[in-house]
Formats: sequence, C-alpha cells, structure tokens
Amino acid sequence: MIAFLTKRLMHALLVMFVISVIAFAIQGNLGDPIQQMVGQSVPESERAALRDQLGLNDPFHVQYLRFAGNALQGDFGYSYFYREPALEVIARHLPATLELVFGASLLIVLLSVPIGVFSAIKPHALLSRFFMGVSIVGISVPVFLTAIILIQIFSIGISVTLFPGSTAWGAWLNAALSTQGHMPSFGRGYELVHVMGHWDTNLASFDGLKHLVLPSIALASIMLPLFIRLIRAEMMEVLQSEYVKFARAKGIAPRRIHFLHALKNTMLPVITVGGVQIGTMVAYTILTETVFQWPGLGLMFLDAINRADIPLIVAYLMIVGVIFVVTNTLVDLIYGLVNPTVKLTGKPA
Amino acid sequence: MALLEVRDLDVRFALRHGEVRALRNVNFTLDRGERLGIVGESGAGKSVAAFSLLNLIARPGFIAGGSIRFDGQELTGLGERGLRKIRGNRISMIFQDPMMTLNPVLSIGEQMVECLKAHRRISRREARAIALHKLQQVQIPSPDTRLDQYPHELSGGMRQRVIIAIALLLDPDIIIADEPTTALDVTIQAEIMALLRELCEKHNVGLVLITHDLGVVSQVTQRMLVMYAGRVIEAGPTREIINDPQHPYTQGLMNALPQMATPGSHLNQIRGSMPSLANLPSGCAFHPRCDFIDRADGSPRPACTERIPAFVDSGNCRVACHMVAEMLAREATPIKEKVQ
Repeated sequence: MIAFLTKRLMHALLVMFVISVIAFAIQGNLGDPIQQMVGQSVPESERAALRDQLGLNDPFHVQYLRFAGNALQGDFGYSYFYREPALEVIARHLPATLELVFGASLLIVLLSVPIGVFSAIKPHALLSRFFMGVSIVGISVPVFLTAIILIQIFSIGISVTLFPGSTAWGAWLNAALSTQGHMPSFGRGYELVHVMGHWDTNLASFDGLKHLVLPSIALASIMLPLFIRLIRAEMMEVLQSEYVKFARAKGIAPRRIHFLHALKNTMLPVITVGGVQIGTMVAYTILTETVFQWPGLGLMFLDAINRADIPLIVAYLMIVGVIFVVTNTLVDLIYGLVNPTVKLTGKPA
Repeated sequence: MALLEVRDLDVRFALRHGEVRALRNVNFTLDRGERLGIVGESGAGKSVAAFSLLNLIARPGFIAGGSIRFDGQELTGLGERGLRKIRGNRISMIFQDPMMTLNPVLSIGEQMVECLKAHRRISRREARAIALHKLQQVQIPSPDTRLDQYPHELSGGMRQRVIIAIALLLDPDIIIADEPTTALDVTIQAEIMALLRELCEKHNVGLVLITHDLGVVSQVTQRMLVMYAGRVIEAGPTREIINDPQHPYTQGLMNALPQMATPGSHLNQIRGSMPSLANLPSGCAFHPRCDFIDRADGSPRPACTERIPAFVDSGNCRVACHMVAEMLAREATPIKEKVQ
C-alpha cells in the first residue's frame, strides 16, 4: 500500500511537472501582461522598467525555475485583475465548482446505475428503448444548449397553445405541457451558508439547493447518458459470461446474480472511466458556469482568459492538473479495493 | 423407474431466418448412481442436451417439446422458480472452463456459502463448515485458507476441484459435467476425472458426462450415447459400444483415435465435417460422410438419403442406421427359419 502510494506520488509529480512546463510556456503567448497591468497611458520607459523589474526579460528556464520554486510554496503570483494572490482567487471560486461537480456526480451515480442495469437486464423492454433513445439525444446536444433549454422550461416557463384551448381536453393538455418557471437560473443565490475559510455552501439551505438543481442537470447531461450506455454495455457483456451462467446453475436468485455477481464485475471498468470523467467534469464546468453565471472556477477561468490574467490562468491549469491527479489516484485505490486481482503494491503486475 | 427420464426432447433456437432444431427426439434415462457419457463432435448437441436438462439454454434457445422427468417430477413446465430449487441442489453442474466459471471478484468461500444459503436455511458459519468439508473431499491442499482466496489465486486444476466441491455442496442426485477436463492439462485431466468418478461412486451420485474424449468415457461411464447433428445415433453400455461400435459414425470416431493410426501416416479422420443444423442433409444426417451407403454388393441403399433411420436393437445397444438394420434383418431371418 505504502509502496503503491509512493509510486503513484512519483507519477503525479512527473505529470505535474509536464503540466507546469506547458502552463508556463503558454503564458508568453497570451498578450502583454504589462499592457494589462498599467493600461495605455504609461510611457514606454516605465513599461520597460516594470518589465525588467518583474523579470519578464530573463531567459525562459530562469523564469520557469523562479515560477516553479514559487509554485511549490503555493505562490502562483498575483492576479493582474483581482490584485491578490492567484491561489486565493482560485480558493474563493473552488467551492462553487466542487459543489456543482458534486451535484452532477450525485445525479450521475444515482441515475446511471439503476437505469444502466435495468436496460441491460431487460434490453427489449419499452422503457429500456426509451432510455437508450433519450441518452443518444443527451449525448448529442451540447451542454450550453441543454442549459438554455432547461432555463427556458424551468426558469422562464413555457405556455403551450398547441391544442385548441376552447375544448376541455385541449385546455388540459396545454396546461399539462406548460410550465411555470420558478427555478433559479442565475448564480448561487444569496442564502449561502458559510462553512469555513472561503467555503460558502449551497448544500445547506433550500434556496441554495434550488440554485444548484439546473446547473447540476446541465453539467450531468453529457456524462449521464455516457455512463448509462457504458454500464449497460458492460453489464450485458457480463451477463453473457460463464460465471453468471454458473451462478444460475447453482440455483442463485436472479436478484443476487444481477446485483452482486454481475454488477460488481460491471463496475470495474466503470470506476476507471468515472475517475477520468470526474476530472473532465471540472473542466466542463466552464460551459455550464457561463450559461448559469455560476461563480466557480470555470467562469473565473473564462474571465481570466478574456483579461489575459496570466498568473490566474496558469494557476487554474495547475490546480485542475492537481485535481485530475488526485481523483485518478483515489480511483485507482478504490479500484484496487473492489477488484481482488489487483494488488496495491509498487511492483508492476 | 429411472431417476432421470428424458423423452423425445426437442430443443430449438429461434433465429432470425427461422427455427433451427438443435436437438431432435433425444431419449435417455439415468438411474440413481449411474454414470452416463454423451459423446459426439463439436456441434452435435451434447452441451445443448446437458444445459436443457435444467433449462439453462440461453435465449433464443428453448425446449420445444418432449419431457424431462426427474424423480417423478416433470421439469419442462416447472418454471424458473421451481427449477431454481433443483439447480445446484439436486442436480448440479460442472462447466467446461474452470478459468471462466468462477466469479473473479467473489471469494471461493462466498461462492460456496451463497449456494448453500440459496437452498437451505443455514447460518453462515454452518455453511462455511460444510464448504470446508467439501473442499477436503476434493483433496485441495490447505482447504481452510482457500475459502478466503479469490479464483485468480488458484490454478486451473485447483479451480476445477473447487467447482466439483461446489457441485457436491448439497449432496445432489445428479451431476452434469460438460467437458469438465477439456480446458485442463493432460496430467491434470486424469486426476480430475479420477476424482470425479471416485466421488460419484462413493456418494452414489449420478453423472452425465459430456465429452468428446472416448478414453474418458470408457474409463468413467457405464453407459453412453453417441450424438450426431442433434440426434442420438447409438446408445448402450459403454464397454460394448467401445469394443464393437455399430454405427458407421461411432466406428469412424473410434478409428480416428491416434492409437488406431499406422505410425507415420495420417490419422483416420472421418471425411467431411458436421453439417449445419440449419441445413441438414436429407435422410440419415450422416450419409454424406458415410462409407457404407452402398450395400455389400455395391448397389446403393436409397433409404440412407431418403428416410431418417429408426432405432434398432443390436444386442444391448440401440443403433439408428439403415445399414445396421439391414444387416440385422438379414441375420435375423435365418434364425427365425431355424426356429420354425
């Protein structure tokens, strides 16, 4: 276990090194930081002095080493726009994003497993075909469009006049299909509960939870169908296996065969994919957060790019890298606990 | 009455381009403690026969007709719930490939205990004790540590021993073994077969042994069936069939054994290959590969290509072959004359 963790830590450091080089290298191509800091009116001589003072004229490797040394101490420089340490800006935006990802993950876990399992056990059932159809739509429609449709239906409301309102059935159908928009579509709301440090949570008040609903659905809209299809495909394959047949030959009840024998084997590849996807979801929040004006990392990152706020961009890339590495390591640990053929040792299998 | 009685078993597969008959009119019986072998080439329907006994054939296969009577109870119309009480309990199975049969993510103990708990009201501790006892019976070294091990920690031979132990867990009346040694090393094969035979003898368990290894059949079973293209073509006491096969196909199988070939020359293969079940030849399904479709005097025997042969009794065996029937008829006539 210790050897495994050490080995993973070495991998993680290597990955972080590569990310840091890339993140650092792009910053020379993102516009002139001096321009961003001081604006138009400052004379060229002062700009040159400032550039020198900030070390922007040093060779690349000197700049990188200075950057890496500072980064290791948690210093990613000052955000040009916020005029405070980049890490603090990120820390302030991180809880919103993590809670959004948490909400979406919760939806994915709670829905994809039962739906995936059901449509694998009864592939010909009408409901299974329905789920498969809807999931294709979910995968195909881009997140921002899903988000806008959700806002239209649940925040603004739609009034259907498709059926003749003069008839009783028409009026009833119109009413049944119309929605009143009362779901919030903007920001995190004002009833945030303070937890600690920078952490204000949406999860502890009704209003906060309400604000979380639509963005979570939008963020889950791509991953959820993907996971339903993945679980279904894996499960159908596992149900064909010899050990499932053997379990049936032993006289084991179908419920136990499906939910123990088959599901446990189904989840192995799903866990692996899931680990990568959680990291990806942190990145995907950019779209969702933009549409819902969710004040998280994604929105912050987009703003930082627009403002050429280089330290903040670099810090974001590094932090997302860390999140990726940490979640993947955690997932590998969980995988090792679920799959007995994997031993958590430092040795290659 | 026999413990297991299979009458006119008809199994079909509903495929997109129509039904394929995987088993036709299969008849056999098994007495308590008897060991029966079913042999034939791949695709002859041996495994389908074995799996259909407990209605374990996967869709689109289904039992289209016939009866399976086990201990006075009809199994064909029993339904899943009723069958589940018999599966693993009174009739258990051993599968072909021990590397695939055990669930990789459940411990050996778990896979044994669940089987006991599915059929008996029993505590976990009692179930473990029984499981341990059965592992001892199949002569696994250090059985108590095996219970907490996972399948990947055991070799193929060991796993097949575990599977035999699972098959024995509830002291069944019958074990159906579907090519239990095909996937194992030759040396392990002999050990496993000897063990299986010994355990069946000792506990008076009936055995239905599916195999294409005639050597194994002759060592283990008392009676045997030879199957071809979904049909039983020869049935009788193992020793008699092995010593004096009547059906041209059975003779071909015996001739194809390596020890029957002249050293240095090719093996005596049966020419051609098993026909597709969807497209069986007319008359006797074996006739395109048969060396005896002509009579002894060289004139063709039209029955072979026209009619499906019926069973005739030849000594203690039953054979479905026009040639054998003709020979028997020729032999029988003079005897009748003598009696008169």
